[in-house]
Amino acid sequence: MDGAAILERLRGRFGGDVVETHDHRGDHTAVVTRGALPRLLAHCHDERPLAFDVLMDLTAVDYLTYPGREDGPRFEVVYHLYSLAHNHRLRVKVRVDEDDAVVPSAVDLWPIADWFEREVWDMFGVRFSGHPDLRRLLLYEEFIGHPLRKDYPIDRRQPLIGPTV
Amino acid sequence: MGVGSFFTSKLDEAIGWARKYSIFQYPFVTACCGMEYMATACSHYDIDRFGAGLPRFSPRQADVLFVVGTISHKLAPVLKRVYDQMTEPKWVVAFGVCTCTGGFYDNYATVQGIDTIIPVDVYIPGCPPRPESVIDGLMKLQDKIAAQAQRY
Amino acid sequence: MADTARREFMLGEGGGTGGGSQNLHVGVGPAHPAMHGIIRITTELDGEIIVRADVEIGYLHRAFEKECEAGGWNNAMPYTDRLNYVSPLINNFGYCSAVEKLLGIDVTERCKYIRVIMSEISRICDHLTCIGATAMELGAFTVFLYMIKAREFLWELVEDVTGARLTISYGRVGGVKADLPDGFAEKTLRALKETREVLDEVHRLLTGNRIFTDRMVGVGALSREETIAYAITGPMLRAAGVSYDVRRAQPYYVYDRLEFEIPTQKDGDNYARYLVRMAEMEQSMRIVEQALASIPGGPVNVDFEGRPIDPAAYVDRGKQGKTDGLLLVPLTLSPNLQGQQRAASARINADDKRVVLPPKENTYGSIEGLMNHFMLIMEGYGIRPPRGEAYFPVEGANGELGFYVVSDGGDRPYRVRCRPPCLPPMAALHRMIEGEMVADLVPTFGSVNMIGGELDR
Repeated sequence: MDGAAILERLRGRFGGDVVETHDHRGDHTAVVTRGALPRLLAHCHDERPLAFDVLMDLTAVDYLTYPGREDGPRFEVVYHLYSLAHNHRLRVKVRVDEDDAVVPSAVDLWPIADWFEREVWDMFGVRFSGHPDLRRLLLYEEFIGHPLRKDYPIDRRQPLIGPTV
Repeated sequence: MGVGSFFTSKLDEAIGWARKYSIFQYPFVTACCGMEYMATACSHYDIDRFGAGLPRFSPRQADVLFVVGTISHKLAPVLKRVYDQMTEPKWVVAFGVCTCTGGFYDNYATVQGIDTIIPVDVYIPGCPPRPESVIDGLMKLQDKIAAQAQRY
Repeated sequence: MADTARREFMLGEGGGTGGGSQNLHVGVGPAHPAMHGIIRITTELDGEIIVRADVEIGYLHRAFEKECEAGGWNNAMPYTDRLNYVSPLINNFGYCSAVEKLLGIDVTERCKYIRVIMSEISRICDHLTCIGATAMELGAFTVFLYMIKAREFLWELVEDVTGARLTISYGRVGGVKADLPDGFAEKTLRALKETREVLDEVHRLLTGNRIFTDRMVGVGALSREETIAYAITGPMLRAAGVSYDVRRAQPYYVYDRLEFEIPTQKDGDNYARYLVRMAEMEQSMRIVEQALASIPGGPVNVDFEGRPIDPAAYVDRGKQGKTDGLLLVPLTLSPNLQGQQRAASARINADDKRVVLPPKENTYGSIEGLMNHFMLIMEGYGIRPPRGEAYFPVEGANGELGFYVVSDGGDRPYRVRCRPPCLPPMAALHRMIEGEMVADLVPTFGSVNMIGGELDR
């Protein structure tokens, strides 16, 4: 199925929950509401014509300083899906505000989402509801803040941890 | 200068000479520099010519700590622990610019030079250093070991 | 009291006072003698069997993604080198291609071939290191020495082309840093011949070796379904019987014009991964040989709109003619490398002065070249992709290496995300080692080929 047909199918199925679609540079993208995200991801995973069996990547973007989007929802969680059977790709995005930065977890569909979601929590401070064990992945427990947020300066160092350092 | 100090200084020389050719190194390999460390240690550059051919992967059996690669804040306590577990006399080589100063990783995650955690004897800059400069650093360390006064 | 506490610590809860046995908790890493790479595995052992394992990573987190946002688009190049430092060229090109996709430009034919050749050489280096290190950890030190010897032949090629052995920063948005040096093809063919001999030796040493196969066959296996569910790609997926390879599934550069096979195995265990990697090296060498035979001349760099840069565009004789006499002296400036001259630069770089640095003769020889250079280097200027986002996957040595870049129209990346091929296998590592002997952890970890720089970024 080519990208345009996938987007058409998702729009037909989920109607207003698919907020926006585009195919900038050939990457077909659907922006969905948070409420519909679990159903949409499950649809992508389960339906035979779509069969997105690989969650290639899951990450987030902080739009705090993006020109023209300073007031909008701050975070965008980005899913890159791939289907081995059909060799097609899809990007799904969901937008969340800073004061309610929670996204439903996708661990039930793809086990790899476990670590990807932990990394997003670590780096951006976006929580995933339903995640079995949402700990930091790359940084350590004593670290304060989420470094990939745009308001975290790159050189803000934190005290060294550990015994007698 | 008495006869006694003459003999101790000769003994110092003998011990220093022996020590500098029997370096048992602990390679604390973390990152990219490890690739050049492998290249240096293997047959092409052959670190064995300098008596440093046998890496010991236990800090208790080693006397030179090669810190090879970036040390992050998360890893710093581990490095400190490894250093503490080594017995005297011990030396530390900072291998690569990340261990010397933090290199171009001037950010929240990276330790800005391992000398903020443990004392360093020889710095080998480079990102990563070529095997030639590693060998140069090793020879500097040998000079330092040979010249070191012994404690009796 | 203290004694009991110690016993509890060693033996688990209950302290071994009862008749039954207790599970033992053993921490492996971050600095473990038998493993290259710094991760921590907390294992729970029942005898010698691993009942439960928890993998902790992040010991080499160096803020790659944050560092990329701090400089210009080309300034991220040295950081991409240090992602997978065993095959840095693939990272370079993957990142470049993502930015080029965002810009909507295409690189020249010759540049594509160069990228293919250098990527495949990198892939061989990566597999050599992986197999060498795995074998060493199983006691076959000879294999490690042989593999590093072969890698040294290839690194000499890499050094010829890029000027550095390991962290090469050879890619550029819109092209590559410099053209291939003279005599590269002959040198490469010679190096490949030497590498083949080494591989043949290693093959005879390992493949049928009882000591080796006993440690590898049936160990660390992961089923096909689970491999897919954990988004594992690359040699590990192919060892589980799925012939997915980005080079074939979504061909980029000129891979669709080159003949190569995708080696697969069925079992998904360590031995299958070893066989896949050995076979892939041969395929990579085939690709390099074909690419060397068919690499065209012609431009390498293209411009902002994707037009190849004509060599004459760099010369601009009319304007330079005013400095009479100066131009008659043929400038052959090549400050550090061959292949940066005007003609070579035109062959290898995209034809866009808004993307590609001018050749050094122009930078030092004409005011236009100097201004062009400054406009690309100065803060606030430089490459400015239009607003938008792009994801570009390439086949890294460990699997799909994707770069997701977001631009706000400025001269710095708004966001660079690297999809690390190492992370999914590490997330699934506990599935591979649970239920197996604790000693099997070592070959399994070796066959995963974990690369810290890319795993932790």
